[in-house]
Amino acid sequence: MKILLAKPGLDGHDVGVKVLAHALIEAGWKVVYTGLRKSIEEIVEKAIKEKPNLIGLSILSGTHLILCERFRDVLLAKNVKIQWIIGGNIPEKDVIPLENLGATKAFPTGTKIQTVVDFVKGHV
Amino acid sequence: MFDVGCWMLDVGIWMLDVEYLIFKIEIMEELKKIFLESGFEVKPLYKSNDSEENNQGVRNEEPGKFPYTRGIHPLMYRKRPFTIRQYAGFASPEETNARFQFLIKNGQTGLNVAFDLPTQCGLDSDDPRSLGEVGRVGMAVDTLEDFEIAFNGIDLDKITVSLTINGSAIVLMAMYFALAKKRGYDLKNLRGTAQNDILKEFIGRGTWIFPVDKSVKLVTDTIEFCATHVPKYSPVSVCGYHIRESGANPVQEMAYAFSIAKAYSDETLKRGITIDEFASRLSFNFDIYGNFFEQIAKFRGGRRLWARIMREEYKALKDESCWMRMIAGGGGAGLTKEQPENNIVRTAYYALISALSGTQTMALCTYDEAYTIPTEKAAEIALRTMQIMIHEMGICDTVDPLGGSYYVETLTNQFEQEIKKEMQKVALWGGIINAVSTGKIQEAVSQQAYQREKGIQEGKTLKVGVNCFQNDEENKTVEFHPYNQSAANRQIFKLKEIRKRREITLVNITLNKLKQSAKQNINVMPDVIDAVNAYASVGEIIHVLKEVYGEFDEPIFF
Repeated sequence: MKILLAKPGLDGHDVGVKVLAHALIEAGWKVVYTGLRKSIEEIVEKAIKEKPNLIGLSILSGTHLILCERFRDVLLAKNVKIQWIIGGNIPEKDVIPLENLGATKAFPTGTKIQTVVDFVKGHV
Repeated sequence: MFDVGCWMLDVGIWMLDVEYLIFKIEIMEELKKIFLESGFEVKPLYKSNDSEENNQGVRNEEPGKFPYTRGIHPLMYRKRPFTIRQYAGFASPEETNARFQFLIKNGQTGLNVAFDLPTQCGLDSDDPRSLGEVGRVGMAVDTLEDFEIAFNGIDLDKITVSLTINGSAIVLMAMYFALAKKRGYDLKNLRGTAQNDILKEFIGRGTWIFPVDKSVKLVTDTIEFCATHVPKYSPVSVCGYHIRESGANPVQEMAYAFSIAKAYSDETLKRGITIDEFASRLSFNFDIYGNFFEQIAKFRGGRRLWARIMREEYKALKDESCWMRMIAGGGGAGLTKEQPENNIVRTAYYALISALSGTQTMALCTYDEAYTIPTEKAAEIALRTMQIMIHEMGICDTVDPLGGSYYVETLTNQFEQEIKKEMQKVALWGGIINAVSTGKIQEAVSQQAYQREKGIQEGKTLKVGVNCFQNDEENKTVEFHPYNQSAANRQIFKLKEIRKRREITLVNITLNKLKQSAKQNINVMPDVIDAVNAYASVGEIIHVLKEVYGEFDEPIFF
């Protein structure tokens, strides 16, 4: 199983996404990480190339709604049908709007790494 | 007399009892071993022979005298308390100016400016990549006009300003100097600080722009420029802080920061400037969270080691060149979203640690900073936390009150030795510039972040409210800082207006000249100042430099 972990936008906080990468590798996943400051287009291109089972977005600066709307549009435009999840500094009130934008699951601030790993294992 | 003697006898017996008990427990192996995050084992009792072991005269050390273990000044806070400098800035320069005025009115003595991500990454507010980010995590700055607004009504002689900027620091520093000059201040007397530590951005925080060598070149340009033209300004604040936030332990935090400071020093020396012309203007930014005594010893041992490096390795003659001046506080990674009010208590301890460690400047994270831009209330509580300590607790009455503690002195000695060893490791990796370019440090730090997180999730490292003493307020709504879309729109409108208003030929001339200087590999600071004065924008100036220097290609390590 393969996951593409991505950092869209300008946010440089990568401790969380890297901690998750370690946990998923330990859980038997192959992890591809984009590195910082990727445009939505670059992330979708990478997904087309890598064909992961799942995409994980990490956003901590607060731009998650704006970036995820764009992500949904580019996925649609490129006809990419890969499930995606999002985590980072996400207020509880934005969880439903993010899932309405197409996220299989949005993980709010304070989510335990194990919760994400368990969800990933169970849903793909 | 009789009473005192009796009391002494009692103490004697009591001490014998304790030692016997410890001995008994150790024999029975009932006492669990305790290790600090940095790896040292903590003994249940420290005695005089512990702290004197391997030390080179702890008992004779004095504050204000080399190697400054007990503080860089003889009287420390008795003469003047540490500067309080809370991190602030959001939305547009107008909103930020209002928050600055609020903080100053409430007794803050310095400003610590936060910039939004487009500014930090060298993009203009109207760049498509800035969408949704304008003024979000800090103040948006496009041109010199924004600085004129943000610092309006603030006396730059009385309030020292610290600019938290790295990748695009050369532009923002140029703006600050241009503003000061315009308002009639003499650059020779201008004080202030820029964070301007690009090497740590590659390890944590991530607002790098140019390749590593070119980034270091720009930092060196600013140090060289300041040494000649703005001698009282601190052009670099080397940040162990973000390295620790990214997962480094306290020994690594100090070792990597010192290695970075040495790298900037080496590059500056190559420009023909002597160590005493700039070393006293280098400062440090360190993190506080975790074990109380470990952090204090980290600073005391670090201060002694840095003094020795400067004097023995760099042959610095001036005492100030050997000072490890610092801002210490924080500590974001120690705070939790769970039971956020607990963070008020945590930061009060962090403030105490900082004061007991002899800091020059203090900044505390606010209790809500683990998940949002601070509310005004939270910012006020953080400010009051430090003021209560200064004015009610007697913390400033005497210098280095923990000096002479067997435990603290022992740990201080251990820290000096261990930081030195860790720095030797960096040297074996080919030096910090190489270790950062190849991702070696990033990998080491990220693996530790994972181990730390795992420790918390498995309950091996206890965090109150997170993995013990939880309560059922999990889904309690917390207040979030709203995004100010109208301020963002206003910022973009203002930028478009200024593009129409400014003299475009002058902008082009200055930008072309900057490009030529960058190509010739000479100091670009004077040309950046000229461009800024012509109201060239942050994005335009950084774009020109990108054309010459290229961009950083991040090695993927985790």
